[in-house]
Amino acid sequence: MQVSMVVNGEEVTREIEGRLLLVHFLRDHLRLTGTHWGCDTSNCGTCVVWLDGEPVKSCTVLAAMAGGHEVRTVEGLEQNGELDPVQRGFVECHGLQCGFCTPGMMMTARALLDRNPDPSDTEIREAISGQICRCTGYATIVRSVRWAAAEEAGTRTSLETQATSGSAS
Amino acid sequence: MTAVSENGHRTAFVDNDKKPCGHGRMLRKEDPRFVRGKGRYVDDLDLPGMLHLAILRSPFAHARVLSVDTTLAEAHPKVRLVVTGAMLAEKGLAWMPTLSNDVQAVLATDKVRFQGQEVAFVVAEDRYAARDALELIDVEYEPLDPVIDVRTALSPDAPVIRDDLEGKADNHCFDWETGDEAETEAVFARADVVVTEDIVYPRVHPAPMETCGAVADYDQVDGRLTLWSTTQAPHAHRTLYAIVAGLPEHKIRVVSPDIGGGFGNKVPIYPGYVCAIVGSLLIGKPVKWMEDRAENLISTGFARDYVMRGEIAATRDGRILAVRTQVLADHGAFNGTAAPVKYPAGFFGVFTGSYDIEAAHCKMTAVYTNKAPGGVAYACSFRITEAVYLIERIVDCLAYELAMDPIELRMKNFIRPEQFPFRTKTGWVYDSGNYAPTMELAKELAGYDALRVEQAEKRARGELMGIGVSFFTEAVGAGPRKDMDILGLGMADGCELRVHPTGKAVVRLSVQSQGQGHETTFAQIVAEELGIPPQDIDVVHGDTDQTPFGLGTYGSRSTPVSGAAAALVARKVRDKARLIASGMLEVSVADLEWEKGSFHVAGDPEASVTIQAIAMRAHGAGDLPEGVEGGLEAQICYNPENLTYPHGAYICVVDIDPGTAKVTVRRFVAVDDCGTRINPMIIEGQVHGGLTDGVGMALMEMISFDEDGNCLSGSLMDYLIPTALEVPDWETGFTVTPSPHHPIGAKGVGESATVGSPPAIVNAVVDALKPYGIRHADMPLTPSRVWEAMQGRPTPPI
Amino acid sequence: MQVPAPFEYQRVGSVGEAVALLDRLGDTARLVAGGHSLIPMMKLRLANFEYLIDINDLHDELGYVRVEPGLIRIGAMTRHRELLESDELAAAFPVFRDAERVIADPVVRNRGTLGGSLCQADPSEDLSAVCTTLDASCVIQGRDGERVVSMEDFHRGPYETAVGDAEILTEVRFPVRPNGSSAYEKVERRAGDWAVVSAGAAVWLDGDGLIADARVGLAAVGPNTAGIPGIADALRGRRPTEELFGQAGDIAAEACSPVTDRRGSAEYKRHLARELTLRVLRRAVARIDGQEV
Repeated sequence: MQVSMVVNGEEVTREIEGRLLLVHFLRDHLRLTGTHWGCDTSNCGTCVVWLDGEPVKSCTVLAAMAGGHEVRTVEGLEQNGELDPVQRGFVECHGLQCGFCTPGMMMTARALLDRNPDPSDTEIREAISGQICRCTGYATIVRSVRWAAAEEAGTRTSLETQATSGSAS
Repeated sequence: MTAVSENGHRTAFVDNDKKPCGHGRMLRKEDPRFVRGKGRYVDDLDLPGMLHLAILRSPFAHARVLSVDTTLAEAHPKVRLVVTGAMLAEKGLAWMPTLSNDVQAVLATDKVRFQGQEVAFVVAEDRYAARDALELIDVEYEPLDPVIDVRTALSPDAPVIRDDLEGKADNHCFDWETGDEAETEAVFARADVVVTEDIVYPRVHPAPMETCGAVADYDQVDGRLTLWSTTQAPHAHRTLYAIVAGLPEHKIRVVSPDIGGGFGNKVPIYPGYVCAIVGSLLIGKPVKWMEDRAENLISTGFARDYVMRGEIAATRDGRILAVRTQVLADHGAFNGTAAPVKYPAGFFGVFTGSYDIEAAHCKMTAVYTNKAPGGVAYACSFRITEAVYLIERIVDCLAYELAMDPIELRMKNFIRPEQFPFRTKTGWVYDSGNYAPTMELAKELAGYDALRVEQAEKRARGELMGIGVSFFTEAVGAGPRKDMDILGLGMADGCELRVHPTGKAVVRLSVQSQGQGHETTFAQIVAEELGIPPQDIDVVHGDTDQTPFGLGTYGSRSTPVSGAAAALVARKVRDKARLIASGMLEVSVADLEWEKGSFHVAGDPEASVTIQAIAMRAHGAGDLPEGVEGGLEAQICYNPENLTYPHGAYICVVDIDPGTAKVTVRRFVAVDDCGTRINPMIIEGQVHGGLTDGVGMALMEMISFDEDGNCLSGSLMDYLIPTALEVPDWETGFTVTPSPHHPIGAKGVGESATVGSPPAIVNAVVDALKPYGIRHADMPLTPSRVWEAMQGRPTPPI
Repeated sequence: MQVPAPFEYQRVGSVGEAVALLDRLGDTARLVAGGHSLIPMMKLRLANFEYLIDINDLHDELGYVRVEPGLIRIGAMTRHRELLESDELAAAFPVFRDAERVIADPVVRNRGTLGGSLCQADPSEDLSAVCTTLDASCVIQGRDGERVVSMEDFHRGPYETAVGDAEILTEVRFPVRPNGSSAYEKVERRAGDWAVVSAGAAVWLDGDGLIADARVGLAAVGPNTAGIPGIADALRGRRPTEELFGQAGDIAAEACSPVTDRRGSAEYKRHLARELTLRVLRRAVARIDGQEV
């Protein structure tokens, strides 16, 4: 069957099998390999992308189901050569280690901030609770999202920028 | 030694403009590609003409394979190849060596020995077709009685699993012993107090977010094999492939690209990698194999699975005299433990912990069962996780019996600073340590005394609050080649450093990052030694064609071994730079002084040359001093003198809902001492991740089996891993006790928190349950298991 | 990664179209809404169908929460997130928001639907317990029109419902009675896990503050779609007290039939049925009194 959808703002059309999973459509057919997969049962959230502006687990959505809809992936976060504040936050606050869960985490974080520009730590933790990170222990992910929120609100303070464990030497 | 609180949760932000030229907090060089989705993982590879491989696995834990009919699968229009164990046997490839000198079936020939064992594979044009074709293979099995309970594996009537081994008539795998039995018995005999506890460390799984996989590309013309694979040890794997597949080693290139987490899961060679190689060898096209999550959980390297009896002897006033333990180890169907050859139980011998005791003894029996092979994985520092859990649990049991505060008991028995280097009763030489300040800092950060007051008030109201303490000493950085090798390969690591004419540099490592940030840390190590900014230093790793030989990243060995190599190779380059500088400044070498990044004439700071200028001179025209070759590069193979022994003090606070028995980890304070700290941000991240592993193991993670040997934990729906809602905002601090033998004083830290946190959490839960008279409960402490413990009938987790 | 066996994908734009297609394809076809239960089962090849009919386009038609006098109607395609975020639903039935906060995870809740949850009929599923608690009835549309069945009739057993091969669940209806409130509590091993046990309760008081009626719905402890009438019998006409809630808990523990599995022992689950029933009754009554607990 033929499927058409808008991916990161671009209309794409491909011939696919009805059973093709959206994650494989993105990775194998469009070569957008920033979206990963980590389980088969929609438990890990490594594959999170946006479908019509909402985070979904693309291992559990058929590509055909996304036909006629808009999809956004990690490759669509950067706009006009500028990293999204969420992407910058993850870099600034060590919100990633192996980087495998990171695209899904960032897509959820971006959606959260779009709805709730000043989330509490608990709200951030709830928002990412369907996604597993095996490396970071989550605290730095929470900080990363907070960093992005503060950056967007223009309230990132100089205190926050200089407070580090510089006393480590 | 300095004792500092990082106060982690309040120091979230980094000054991006303040980039250190050397050690210090620095943002990671690898992150710009990861946050753009431009990481390069194995499954991202798409080579022209690439085919896809899928593996048919056994539904039975123990069965004879009577026949395998592949006719229908071969007829599938998209299938290019179907291979069975019998076909591999013809080529002598049906069995392969494990990392513990056992053998493991690549594809089953005679029997299947665990559920999920590889039976046949299909290579097809796409991954969907490969999966479909598995359904078309007809295997006839004759089910046999499985051996599931480790406690009955050695009973005389147990079915023999490893009848492939000549003369094998039981399920015995190995015996191992350490310490002095008679001396320990004598000390126990005169002790005031002896406490005994049966403690199980259940089978768990590293479950990295990226499963294992490979792309094999065999060039039939020049006989060259390139294997991109999820490996933590590309060089060691290459050598083993040369041995297994009979390919000449120089014709094999192993590439380990970005890896989505390892935690030990990606140390062994799995049958799937060999199948991909065989597929590509037979077809002459690239073949990709990526396991799914179920395959990862049911067939690849598990961890732990120790049934331990711990005994501790002490005086009435809390002086620990001796420790002994008997261990029954479940090694699954094949002994796939990844540990140095002389250490079949890994470094379990450090079970004497951080205490100065008079005697110790351990007796271990390892057995085969009808479960997946493995045994060392999941950030365990070669079984130190089990050892630390045992000692820290049993010390708490002693505190319970003596009605002593657990911190006071530990402080009373610590090895004292002046005793280092300290030889333990099991023969380990701890390089350095200063334990009391680390414990004191944790106590202070936690507000320990106030917590005890709060706990007393809550107990009076019937609320359940627990405070758990653990103190660990790790042994990481394997290891000295006189003692440590894996299948004959010494555990040393190479490093190459080249400084280019313009003063930029490339450093090539034998270790491989799975998220630890090597591209940043190793650039910082070289920067510290040479004064070249880390941004100007490229770190190359994970490609056997481009890097010197070494054993790879696991057991927290990268910084202790390869980090030392990087520092020393930079010093070698600096030594050569000094010679060139003496020529440039026309003074003798002895008159030069080094200040990070430049040499100057002693007493005349104006007369100086930078390392960049020296690099240009080294490659440029003009004379060099007598006997000095052009170029500015060096190479080294570092053989560590000893392991490094990081330590840490952890305090955990839990609350338990008395009505539902659900445990909440409210706070966790971790004070780590890993010697010299290269990048505190990365260290903190390593600690956070390990603490989360600890919550997982203590509260929810477990690979379990039913009585037929069916694995009940074959998906992330059943094998639970903590989410952001089960872990607190970590509170970290650190002390610094440098390693005396490491060139920069650094120790490993990658696994410290995984090792140290489970006992702190379990100790906290048991402490909360004190009103119920509970001294021990086994992991994982799920609500149901905690409730059963509260009813006075704790159940072992097997 | 696991992938489903081949099937033909069809998409429908209306309930009528869905019913007509189902009628033509018979039991070789299956509807898919959010897909978060069905698609994993198909990937693991525990479920195979020749045709998969995507009804997500029916969200416009069947995605709604309509508050009417004495009745709330919720369209079967209403997604978990919409149920969670509906303030008018939370005002009438706080049990919904309690439950939706702990169903799966926020990303799954963006896709999963009320109808999908009920039709999957997983014995541990939370919304079935909520619907039981609220005495809901299910509207099933077939070729010959619609029929309305109670939760007792809707649930035929684990993974089995009254929805026939050529039928579709279109709406769930909830009677609204005055002076009542409700609550839900779940014990899970980890966020996003299926319930070890969960319990919902709805309580209505009369003018004198005595219990007029009460219903309890339990998940993961065996078949339970009647609201445990024994609890209503015991509570009706009595003044709400801790002791009374405890008695109700005992009745719930007695009425359920848990089995031992990896989530917990049967005995523990029975204990939870008691404990959670007590808690949700206590909270529902407190809510009537305007106290959020």
